[in-house]
Amino acid sequence: MWSLLFNTNTGWVIMSTTILGIASGAIGCLAYWKRQNLMSDALSHAALPGVVITFLIVQEKNLLLLIIGAGISAFLGAMLIQWISNASRISEDAAMGMVLAIFYGLGIMLLTVANRSAGGNQSGLDSFIFGQAAAMVKSDVRIMSILAIVVIFIIVIGFKEWKLYLFDRHFANGLGLPIGFMNGLYTLVLVMTIVIGIQAVGVILMAAMLIIPAVSSRYWTKSFRNMLIISSSFGAISGAVGTFISSKGSGWPTGPFIVVIAAGIFILSLTLGKEKGLLIKFLNKQQQKKQQTLRTEIREVK
Amino acid sequence: MTYTAWIIVTASLVGMSCGLIGVFLVLRKTAMMADAISHTVLLGIVLAFLVTKEVSGPAMLVGGIFAGLLTAFLVQWLHSLDVQHDASMGIIFTTLFAIGVILISTSIGNAHLDIQHALMGEITFIPFDKVSLPLVGEVPRATLLLFIVFLIVLFFITAFYKEWKITSFDSALAVSIGIPAIAMHYLFMSLVSITTVASFDAVGAIMVVAMLITPASSAYLWTDRLVVMLILSSIFGILSAISGYYIAYWIDTSISGSMAFSTGLIFMFSFIFSPKHGIISKYVQPIKNL
Repeated sequence: MWSLLFNTNTGWVIMSTTILGIASGAIGCLAYWKRQNLMSDALSHAALPGVVITFLIVQEKNLLLLIIGAGISAFLGAMLIQWISNASRISEDAAMGMVLAIFYGLGIMLLTVANRSAGGNQSGLDSFIFGQAAAMVKSDVRIMSILAIVVIFIIVIGFKEWKLYLFDRHFANGLGLPIGFMNGLYTLVLVMTIVIGIQAVGVILMAAMLIIPAVSSRYWTKSFRNMLIISSSFGAISGAVGTFISSKGSGWPTGPFIVVIAAGIFILSLTLGKEKGLLIKFLNKQQQKKQQTLRTEIREVK
Repeated sequence: MTYTAWIIVTASLVGMSCGLIGVFLVLRKTAMMADAISHTVLLGIVLAFLVTKEVSGPAMLVGGIFAGLLTAFLVQWLHSLDVQHDASMGIIFTTLFAIGVILISTSIGNAHLDIQHALMGEITFIPFDKVSLPLVGEVPRATLLLFIVFLIVLFFITAFYKEWKITSFDSALAVSIGIPAIAMHYLFMSLVSITTVASFDAVGAIMVVAMLITPASSAYLWTDRLVVMLILSSIFGILSAISGYYIAYWIDTSISGSMAFSTGLIFMFSFIFSPKHGIISKYVQPIKNL
C-alpha cells in the first residue's frame, strides 16, 4: 500500500490533490465569510486566456509559466469585476457572470488559434483546462505542492489578522491593519489557489473545491479556527478519495470524482452536523414540543 | 440562404431569446443563476440521452428543463436552510455538473456527447443538419428549434409583462397584490432552462452565459425603462452575433468564443460611453453641475 503511494505516479497525484484540498478548504473559509463564493468560479474561468497566451508565447507546456499567466489573467478579471461593480449600477454577480463568460470566450478563441498553429505541442493544454490529474508528472506535483504550502502558510501566519479583517473591518481599520494590502493579499492567495487547482480539477469544478468544504464545516463548529481546520480536512479527504477512485478507471476524470466526494461530505454534514444539522434541529424541535406539552399538562393539573 | 446567413440567423435567435430573458436575470440580481443552469443542463441532457439513446429532439429539451428546475429548486431549498445564496448555487451546480461528467465518462463512452463540445458548441455544423418545412423550405434543425424557443420566450414575456415587471422590481408589492411570486420564479427558471438547452447544442454553454448576462447589463447602462431595455438588449444580442461571426471569420477561430467576446466589446463601449452611467459621464457631469 505505502509503496504504491510513494513509488507510482498515482501516489504523487494523490498527494498533490490532498495538499490542494487543504489549501482550498482553508481559503474557501475566507471566501465564505467575505461572501464571495462564486468569485472563485468567475476567476477560474478568467484564468483561461492567460494560460493560452502564455502557451502561445513560450510554445511549451511549462507549468510554472502557465500558472503565472493564469494568475495574471485571473487577477485582471478580479480587478475588472471590482471596477465594474463599483463604478456602475451593474451588480457584482452580473459583473462576475460577464467576466467569466467573456474571458472564457476569449480563451476559447485563442485556444482554437493555438491548436491550429502550434503543431503537436499543445497536447495537454486541454487537460490543463478540463482537469486531468492523472496527466501530471512529478515536477508539476512539486510546483503545485510548494504553491499550496505557501498559501496555507500565509493563512496560518496571519490568522488573527485575517479574523479581524473578515469579521470586524472597522475595528481592524482602527487598529491600523493595512486593509488595502490585505484585500490585495486575499485576492492574490485566492487566485493562486485557483490556478494551481485548475490543473487537477479543471476550470469549472475549481469553485466546488473552495465552496463545498467551507460550507460543510459550518455544520460542525462555531469557531473560525476550527472551521478552518475542519474545512481543510474535508478538502483533503475529498481530494485524496476522489483521486483514488478516479485512478481506478481508465479515462475517468479526477475533478468530478473529487467534487462528488465533497458533496457527499456536505450531505452528511447537512443532515448529521452538530451545529444546525437537520437531525439536531429536528430533535430539538421534538424536545421543545414535548416540554411544551408537559408544561401545559402540569398547568392543567394545578 | 447561404451558409453564413444561417449561422448569423441562428446566433441572432440565441441573442434575442437570451437578451430578453437576461434583462430579468440582471434586474433580479440572479445573473449567476444563468451560469449555474447552463452547467446543470448538461446533466439533464445526459439523463435524457441515457433514457432515450438520442441526443437531439424534445427529450433533450425536457431533460434540460428538468435539470434547470431541479437546480432552481435545490438552490432555493439550501438557501432556506440558512446557506448563503451564492454558496448554495455553487454547491448545487458543481455537484450536478460533476455527476453529469462522470455519467458521460463512465456509461456513455464515445457517443456524440462530449463535454468539450457542450461547453464550446459547434455552430459551424448547424447549417448541414436540415429539415424541410412546408412553405419555408429547408431549415437547419437547430435554427427551427431556436425559433420556436424564441416565440415561447416572447409569448411569456409579453403575456405576463406587468407581472414580470412588478415581481422584478418590488417582490413584496407583488406578493401583497396577489401575484404568485413563487410560481413566477419557477416559470422564469423554466424559461431560462429552455433557452439554455436550445442554445446549448448550437453555441455552447459559455456563449449562452455571455448572451444572457452581457447584452442585458449593457442595456441597463443605457436606459431606465424596462421596454427600452428589453429591445436594446435583444439588439445588442444580435449585434454581438453578427460582429462575433466576422471576428471569427477574420482571425479564423471559434465562432461561439468570438461571439461571447464581442458581447464584451459592446459592454465595454457602453460602460465607457453611456450618457448616464458611463465612466466618461461620471467625470463630465460634475463640471456641468457647477
